[in-house]
Amino acid sequence: MMFKLVMLKTDALIFLLLAAVGIFTWYVRRHDYLRAPWRRVLTNPTGMAAAVVLAVFVVIGLLDSLHYRPALAMKAGQPVQYGVEVLSALDAMLPKLRTHKEKTYSAPLATHLYAKETIVLANGSTVRDYPRLKYGGAQLADPHTQWMRDIVQRIAWGVIEGLTLTALLVLLLAALLARRQPGGLVAALVRLLRGGNAIPWRTLLITCAILLMLGLVIVQLAAAYHVFGTDKVGQDVLYISLKSIRTGLVIGTLTTLVMLPFALLLGIVAGYFRGWVDDLIQYLYTTLNSIPGVLLIAASVLIMQVYIEAHPDVFDTSAARSDIRLLFLCLILGVTSWTGLCRLLRGETLKLREQEYIQAATAFGVSHWRIITRHILPNLQHLVLITVVMDFSGLVLAEAVLTYVGVGVDPAMYSWGNMINSARLEMAREPVVWWQLSAAFVFMFALVLAANLFADSVRDAFDPRGRVQ
Amino acid sequence: MKPTPLLQISDLRTRIGAVRAVDDVSFSVSANETFALLGESGCGKSMTALSIMRLLPEHGTIDAGAVLLEGRDLLALPEASMRAVRGGAIGMIFQEPMTSLNPVLSIGEQVGESLRRHRNLGGAALRAESIHLLNAVGLPDAARRISEYPFQLSGGMKQRVMIAMALAGNPRLLIADEPTTALDVTIQAQVLQLLRSIQRERGMGMLLITHDLGVVAEMADRVGVMYAGELVEIAPRDAFFDAPFHPYSRKLFAALPGRGQRGGALEVIPGMVPALDSAFVGCRFAQRCDAAFDLCRSETPAWTQLAQGHTVRCHLAPTGSRTAMPVPTTSVTQAVMGKATALLTVRNLQVHFPIRSGLLQRQVGAVKAVDGVSLDIGVGETLALVGESGCGKTTVGKAIIQLVKPTAGSVLFNGSELTRLGAAGLRAQRSGFQMIFQDPYSSLNPRMRVVEILEEGMMALGVEPAAGARRKAMTRLLDQVGLAQTALHRYPHEFSGGQRQRIAIARALAVRPRLIVCDEPTSALDVSVQAQILNLLKDLQNELGLSYLFITHNLPVVDYLAQRVAVMYLGRIVETGDTRTVLEHPRHPYTQALLSAAPVISGPRPPKIQLHGDLPSLARPPAGCHFHPRCAQAMEVCRRQYPGQTEINSHQMVWCHLANQIA
Repeated sequence: MMFKLVMLKTDALIFLLLAAVGIFTWYVRRHDYLRAPWRRVLTNPTGMAAAVVLAVFVVIGLLDSLHYRPALAMKAGQPVQYGVEVLSALDAMLPKLRTHKEKTYSAPLATHLYAKETIVLANGSTVRDYPRLKYGGAQLADPHTQWMRDIVQRIAWGVIEGLTLTALLVLLLAALLARRQPGGLVAALVRLLRGGNAIPWRTLLITCAILLMLGLVIVQLAAAYHVFGTDKVGQDVLYISLKSIRTGLVIGTLTTLVMLPFALLLGIVAGYFRGWVDDLIQYLYTTLNSIPGVLLIAASVLIMQVYIEAHPDVFDTSAARSDIRLLFLCLILGVTSWTGLCRLLRGETLKLREQEYIQAATAFGVSHWRIITRHILPNLQHLVLITVVMDFSGLVLAEAVLTYVGVGVDPAMYSWGNMINSARLEMAREPVVWWQLSAAFVFMFALVLAANLFADSVRDAFDPRGRVQ
Repeated sequence: MKPTPLLQISDLRTRIGAVRAVDDVSFSVSANETFALLGESGCGKSMTALSIMRLLPEHGTIDAGAVLLEGRDLLALPEASMRAVRGGAIGMIFQEPMTSLNPVLSIGEQVGESLRRHRNLGGAALRAESIHLLNAVGLPDAARRISEYPFQLSGGMKQRVMIAMALAGNPRLLIADEPTTALDVTIQAQVLQLLRSIQRERGMGMLLITHDLGVVAEMADRVGVMYAGELVEIAPRDAFFDAPFHPYSRKLFAALPGRGQRGGALEVIPGMVPALDSAFVGCRFAQRCDAAFDLCRSETPAWTQLAQGHTVRCHLAPTGSRTAMPVPTTSVTQAVMGKATALLTVRNLQVHFPIRSGLLQRQVGAVKAVDGVSLDIGVGETLALVGESGCGKTTVGKAIIQLVKPTAGSVLFNGSELTRLGAAGLRAQRSGFQMIFQDPYSSLNPRMRVVEILEEGMMALGVEPAAGARRKAMTRLLDQVGLAQTALHRYPHEFSGGQRQRIAIARALAVRPRLIVCDEPTSALDVSVQAQILNLLKDLQNELGLSYLFITHNLPVVDYLAQRVAVMYLGRIVETGDTRTVLEHPRHPYTQALLSAAPVISGPRPPKIQLHGDLPSLARPPAGCHFHPRCAQAMEVCRRQYPGQTEINSHQMVWCHLANQIA
């Protein structure tokens, strides 16, 4: 075997979540009243463009969740040994980004280091200058004259490749649509480019074109340069940013997974049974709400940290150690953030339980559990969905803030919060190291903006009051 | 030469998106005249009013036509001048007094807003005029009420405030959009009386929009009947009520329940109002008309004048041939009267809701929603429970089928005492009694298909546990309630109000009950649909021997459907007996007032007994006889002591001191 698969705890939960989304999609397809609002989401251009961007992030995050330990080079006859380093499918696809480490800081697309060093020349004399990078622009004989040309050339190639792929995509899509619509390929093509379809294919194609061009330009440049520069220990910042995507997604999704059962169960039970059950649950969430969240999280994360250090035998790799801390952070964020949705669901359930169809069910002697699952839950679904999608971006940002404060994910873990935290110290230096912060900002901004736009279109589609006839 | 009318509408066409809500409507309203627009929901009445005010919803546009107010075309005015017209020259009263007032402003501020805008009043003059207006609309104690908020007022008082607001700008034209639909019959009588007197005093023109023939009969000088976006008949009131011409108008009359139709089936209009976004060929009513012939389907009828002021849009008019009014089939199967075996016996039923207050939530009082109600229902019998909203009649129904736990009393159903049964014992009995709710829109779960809705009760109560037999039973149910088999796999939102109520009836029937509590099952429906549902209920009773407890405030429906009636006031029954006896010879002053308040459509109009004030709170019922503060014949003893039961004869019982004296 060349490698050994490693299933981290968060990996398992991510695939569980993926399976849940798959089942939900299948369920939605079978229920008309659920399918109709999703169809409205499909026809919203902004929402669909945001969905494409989100999909790119999700694909990267999923690739980064397939973990393995590579086999070490062994003499024949010896039992296979596996490395202690846990890699992912994403690492396997980006070997250069991972392994091409410089000595320390270098600016984006630079050919030289960011700090002067004493260089021993061939003739034995020493000079203080910016040394050449080991990998960045190493193919250039004379960077001062060739650098600009090389960069422009690479960007041009990236754009051309992007356009070619887009054109292929357009043709493929037109061919597919032509099979379903009358008028043949040309008519389908015209309709596609004029935007005459119910699903905003044109917007989708434009988004894809932009993403493809951007991606391919970066691929072209990253082959020879550090597109976002390098950090203090010479690690490629683009690589760090890409690896941080998974952390952000895990926090955003798994926290919801933890929070949902609390919010659903307690909210519905409180609203449905009222009386002392309601009082108890209300006291619970008002109390929880009045404890400062950061304090609770800091305390829990510290407890977890102590536990990890006291039981080193439980975790075989450093990845497993930081992973359990990430999972615990999701848990504790989930436990502190269910109150909002719970309150919302309680109110809605209070209203629903007075509806006459629920009274009719009571008159049939239908059991409480069945009334909750058959009558109340389906009528709360839109609220849950809207809240989950809206909360996602907030949680991604919360991770960055908590890590920055020092109570977030493990410092060894790639995350936007850690990037910002390490960039903080360099903000005061002259000349300033700006690219770490900027890279984290660009990636977070793209993800959160896409998530918010998508959430908006979901909300519009599911909110019965906002529907324009 | 006639003087220019106050309001002259010609060829008005309004579109909401693709829907042609108002199509080629022309009519006029003179000063000092009430013109009533009559029609069922969705026929374009309200859109006509909103077009006049230019307050159309989003996507609404006026395509053509002219709206002349005192010779000035409102459609040509700029928006800024239109604001002076709204609330100034034209006042408008909306249907729902509960939502038409802003809950965070005192009523003085809301009335004053309009006075400041249209009459330029301020300071003490503003306050004086506000009080004057509120006095004029009969709001008791106006000087104090002026600083109160809408939640402190009852529905009838809110509607009075709405009227005061509409009058604030001294309008020449008052548009009243279903002004009394949300009100109880005794309050409706008060408000209609008020509108009549104000109109006479001020010489206003009034455009009254309503679906209620009774209100039209009481109020209108001239009537315009709307159907599917267009006017089909315009006539002076008397001519209209003596001899309506258009088949649709006549169907509306025939669909009204009442004593005349007792024992027979009500006239129904087959089919549904056509969708207004389609192009019409021929008469819009042709598909549902009994008298339609070839011409009706190919050519749109033109206006024909029948008499002075009486015009109609029907192909039958020029030929002069008037199809005979279908005579209701009388006394087909008169239910056998006499003592039927009792199915349900309720004795001294009480439902009190505790009022808690203070830190420890101690009980400080109780809302006595039901306070000692006794009634009997025999097998195959219909008992009507009549009363105004808030008198506790719905709570009686819910307490009988154990949706609300009774505080005290006994409910004996088919020999078993329901109030003492445990959860399991109650479930075993549940298939015996079911309920049909008032609002067909909230009584069906929007997330369940019809098959799931029907199945639910059968599965929960173990009726037809085998899937095949259950499917067969559902097929039969749909047949019984007159729905197509394809309905099974559709969702409730795909059905109209009447169809939804049929689904609700099928759901109740699915578990084969012997008693059905019908809680105002037709009050949310149009007249023609109401007739269909009432016919269905009657047929099902004959076929299956069902007993009904029919909860309603609509006396003509009682007259049509019920064998016995019980009148409820503030949680207690005040009079009960055979329907005919009670309705013809009411002994309790409240029953007399209820009967007199109901608008009379035809025949002589007896003098009205006006009830003053509103229904008192159930939490603090008046001492002595609950009715005495509103009773014109109240005596000293009424203030001290609740009257005992007096048996007038074997058919009638009444709780009134007066009856004692006479007897």
